[in-house]
Amino acid sequence: MEWASFLQILESTIRLATPLVFACLAGLYSERAGVFDIGLEGKMLVAAFAAAAAAFATGSVWVGTLAGIGAALLFAAIHGLASITFRGNQLISGVAINFLASGLTVVLGAAWFRLGGQTPPLTGDMRFADAPLLDLFGITDPNPVIGLIFGHSILVYVALLLVPFSAWLLYRTRFGLRLRAVGENPAAVDTAGVSVVGLRYAAVAITGVLCGLAGAYMSMALSAGFLREMTAGRGYIALAALIFAKWRPWYCLMACALFGLLDAVAIRFQSIDIGVFIIPVQFTQALPYILTVIILAGFVGKAIPPRAGGEPYVKER
Amino acid sequence: MTLMKHLLGASALLALTAGAALADPAIIYDVGGKFDKSFNQAAFGGAERWKEETGGTYKELEMQNEAQREQALRQLAEGGANPIVMTGFAFGDVLNAVAPDYPDTKFAIIDMVVDQPNVKSVVFTEDQGSYLVGMMAAMASKSNVVGFIGGMDIPLIRRFGCGYAQGVKAVKPDATVILNMTGTDGSAWNNPVKGAEIAKSQQSQGADVIYAAAGGTGVGVLQAAADMGILSIGVDSNQNYMHPGSVLTSMLKRVDNAVYDAFKEGEALTAGINVMDLKAGGVGYAMDENNAALVTAEMTAAVDAAAAKIVSGELVVHDYMSDNTCPAGQF
Repeated sequence: MEWASFLQILESTIRLATPLVFACLAGLYSERAGVFDIGLEGKMLVAAFAAAAAAFATGSVWVGTLAGIGAALLFAAIHGLASITFRGNQLISGVAINFLASGLTVVLGAAWFRLGGQTPPLTGDMRFADAPLLDLFGITDPNPVIGLIFGHSILVYVALLLVPFSAWLLYRTRFGLRLRAVGENPAAVDTAGVSVVGLRYAAVAITGVLCGLAGAYMSMALSAGFLREMTAGRGYIALAALIFAKWRPWYCLMACALFGLLDAVAIRFQSIDIGVFIIPVQFTQALPYILTVIILAGFVGKAIPPRAGGEPYVKER
Repeated sequence: MTLMKHLLGASALLALTAGAALADPAIIYDVGGKFDKSFNQAAFGGAERWKEETGGTYKELEMQNEAQREQALRQLAEGGANPIVMTGFAFGDVLNAVAPDYPDTKFAIIDMVVDQPNVKSVVFTEDQGSYLVGMMAAMASKSNVVGFIGGMDIPLIRRFGCGYAQGVKAVKPDATVILNMTGTDGSAWNNPVKGAEIAKSQQSQGADVIYAAAGGTGVGVLQAAADMGILSIGVDSNQNYMHPGSVLTSMLKRVDNAVYDAFKEGEALTAGINVMDLKAGGVGYAMDENNAALVTAEMTAAVDAAAAKIVSGELVVHDYMSDNTCPAGQF
């Protein structure tokens, strides 16, 4: 494989892995605090829609980002209300979020823009700049390696920085210790006089913010506008990556990078001629899923979820 | 018990009102969605044209998933809609099963042949239209590498790609044609992010003209091509307006005419196979003010000459679906 296509695959990997990293970290906070969240997909979708709609209405990508975060926060609040305050089943609440997002985005989109659930195409300042760092340093024609490192949308770097930040927050701060404890043994946290409900709401809110960024990246950086169901299952892939990563931030980054790489390879090499026979395009496209299953079944070792995950906390009387 | 009675009453009322609205035509859009700016939107355009000209009303349904097809068909047939037009090959099996149950209702299916006495099957010769835009792509390309991005990997879409590749090779026998597909399931029609990513991948392999035959996914391809400053080719509807100066042309597939004709024929719809080829004006390429600067007189002359030869039968474009092979490219 020549050097240029190798670089191109890496570049593609970074682009494709970024929404996964956001979503995977989002799930990490929520699940570490004991609230399972299969509604990542729905929150990304609603954020992608709100971001594109607000960006189109105001002409500003930043207003769009805030709107995306706001919409995802709202959906996170619904999930929190159902599963923390009212102690409902977290999985059912998550599924409901996904359905709600899938339907609501199309209905609102059709009503507002009359394009059958799409937003109008975004142009200019309504989208994230392609390579703000290169612009900042005044590099107009970067060599491929510089382009690979610095030539990405700003949210890519936000996602990358969030990984060490999350590791620090979870393992080096009091808040992180309590957050992890509330997912393992909420009764102990309660005994220590810390609010279980408050911590879990905080975790779910962080999940909302991160899903909002994932959605904003999808509709305003990767593409130019919202199309119905445009998240195309990435929320579920992020959940698989989270399990694969054993609920740890750095492993999250690696898992998402691997899944992004598999996706990028499938896009770049559709029919691979290895001399003896040609690997068909269908196999290449199924490879990410096959590997996911193999990895989850065989090589992951023991993935132990947070002990209190999925259970609403009931104070004993 | 009371609830049951209410429910029964309500459904009876519904059946009555449905029966009263006699013989409105109906159209069912495939999962790509009515506003995919491409295939389904062309069908919508045809239905709207009929509505405008006749002042009639029509019913419409959009499929959200694969499981709804049979239910939707039966619901419309029992509601008295006639004829019922559906867009997309995916209705084939379902229609084959449903059509005999409603012998008095006429059906029209686009892009698929269903052999039933009350079904009109409209098929297009996309290979011929794609051949023409392939010639234009080859003439517009400076790098001698051009790309094709299909939606779901099915023989029909390979027919687009194969016709395109033949057109390219006819002009530049040494040119490289990169043929890619987005995926193997329904989401491949609706994945602009992946479409854009494939376009970037093809550009990095040298492609400077990319033809997208991928429904809603094509929106992402055309966007990516415009962002990268290379040319793209739209499909089904005229997509030249989406990125003026970047969309070289669009391969027109006159789905709108097919829907319009079916609606116009009404209950007297003639069953059988209706081939909309270049001769019948079923396919072609789009020219308007948005791409006038991109297309040279030399290009239109060459393409029109080839079109005349195809119509006269002097030039035969190989149809991928006739033998599932393509002489001009490898998928």
